[in-house]
Amino acid sequence: MEELFDGLLNDRLGFVVWAAVAFLILLVLLGKFAWKPIMGAIYERERSIEDALLKAEAAKEEMTRLTTENESLLKQARAERDQILKEAKQVKDHIIGEAKAAAQAEGNKIIEKAKMEINNQKAIAMADVKNQIATLSVDIAEKILRKQFADQQKQNELVTDLLKEVKLN
Amino acid sequence: MDLSTILNSKKIKLGFFFAAFSMFFVVKAFASQDSSGQQNAENGKQEAFNPTPAILEHIGDSHYWHLWNETSIPLPIILFTDQGLETFSSIRFNRGRDAYEGKYHTYKLVEDKIKVVDKSGNVDKATSKKIYDFSVTKNVIALWVACLLLMVIFFSVAATYKKTVGKAPKGFQSLMEPVIVFVRDEIARPNIGYKYQRYMPLLLTIFFFIWINNMLGLIPAGANTTGNVLVTFVLATIVLIAVNVSANKYYWKHIFFPDVPLWLYPIMIPVELIGIISRPFALMIRLYANISAGHIIVLSLISLIFIFKSFLVAPVSIAFVLFMYVLELLVAFLQAFIFTMLTALFIGTAVEEHHH
Repeated sequence: MEELFDGLLNDRLGFVVWAAVAFLILLVLLGKFAWKPIMGAIYERERSIEDALLKAEAAKEEMTRLTTENESLLKQARAERDQILKEAKQVKDHIIGEAKAAAQAEGNKIIEKAKMEINNQKAIAMADVKNQIATLSVDIAEKILRKQFADQQKQNELVTDLLKEVKLN
Repeated sequence: MDLSTILNSKKIKLGFFFAAFSMFFVVKAFASQDSSGQQNAENGKQEAFNPTPAILEHIGDSHYWHLWNETSIPLPIILFTDQGLETFSSIRFNRGRDAYEGKYHTYKLVEDKIKVVDKSGNVDKATSKKIYDFSVTKNVIALWVACLLLMVIFFSVAATYKKTVGKAPKGFQSLMEPVIVFVRDEIARPNIGYKYQRYMPLLLTIFFFIWINNMLGLIPAGANTTGNVLVTFVLATIVLIAVNVSANKYYWKHIFFPDVPLWLYPIMIPVELIGIISRPFALMIRLYANISAGHIIVLSLISLIFIFKSFLVAPVSIAFVLFMYVLELLVAFLQAFIFTMLTALFIGTAVEEHHH
């Protein structure tokens, strides 16, 4: 047993010290100049990536919101347009109807007036015609009478006829 | 049946390439062992090849960085002796054959350990106990290389992060980021909870340190750092300290005043106290054993060639080694993951808030 451990420290202590010193120096140097910046950079980048992803997500949501809003606006606009068109059509129909009615009434009125005028004219004309016929008749009668009564004989005959007719009842 | 498509597929070609590649390196690394075997043959003894020393040499630490044959890089020796500091190059030992007369003592490598010898060449045990070996060994250099690599990699990655603030990762950064995020999201967060950020530097450093060392250990002629129990001991000790320093009152209450009948306290408290040590101890052994076992299997499979003394065994060996290498690549990641995850788990239990 003593043989086994004989000189162990003398031969090995030096190497252990060398190894420990080498490792500790490596630990300090790498820790300060490698791991610290590397871990920091990795952490920083991971955070920025996470940030970017979150932002992208938010942008996507915003986009969806905007799209929905746009769509609803469009829908609303369409409905409004339809409403306006409908109203316009109604107004148009109404105006046309009104115009038609007015025209009809006016026409009727004009026709009525024309009829009245015609009747008036007709009456005047008829009166005129009547007058002329009367005058003409009188003239004709006068002429016939004149002709008839030119001859004395005839006058007598007539008187006799008339007298015959007029019987003293 | 036409099987030519399988052979022509890119994966198979790549596999052959790697097989050839690993054979080139491993065979060269073993060549030195082979030459010593030849020496034995010259001595007239037809000794069977014993793979144990070669394998142990490959997975162990050394005062040389052995490359191939007789070529190895000598490394500096630093000794704290009872009389003062002593520094020289390991080339003086001439691969353990010669003794070196330093300022204060004469030293010799005995089984790659530095011992003080007297003038006649016998080991002076009493004086040897007074010297402490702080040499920069192969594993120390390998640790430095790993640390340097990690720094180059992650400082450049950090610089890229500063350049591309708020942008997608690119180049090497995009290769590393998933792993870093994996450590954070799969290891730290689920086990520690919302306080995880404080422990991220420790967990990331442990994870990448173990991973890169496991991978570097797989390179032929590389050093076996995470398969060295002392390296895992250091890591486990740091985990032990980190866990117990960050422990809150609930953790300590659970250890010293558990919710059990009073007569169970003599059993419970020692068990809990052992638990403090045993958990990091398990970490230490797990990593060390897994990585060492992998290396031993690879080296044993290669050793088959030298045991049978036939190149006919080579294709079989290489096929198995290739399989093991791919497996070891997985194990390299897996062990780093397990070590880090258990560390996070222990820290998690230590900082957990209890509401009774």
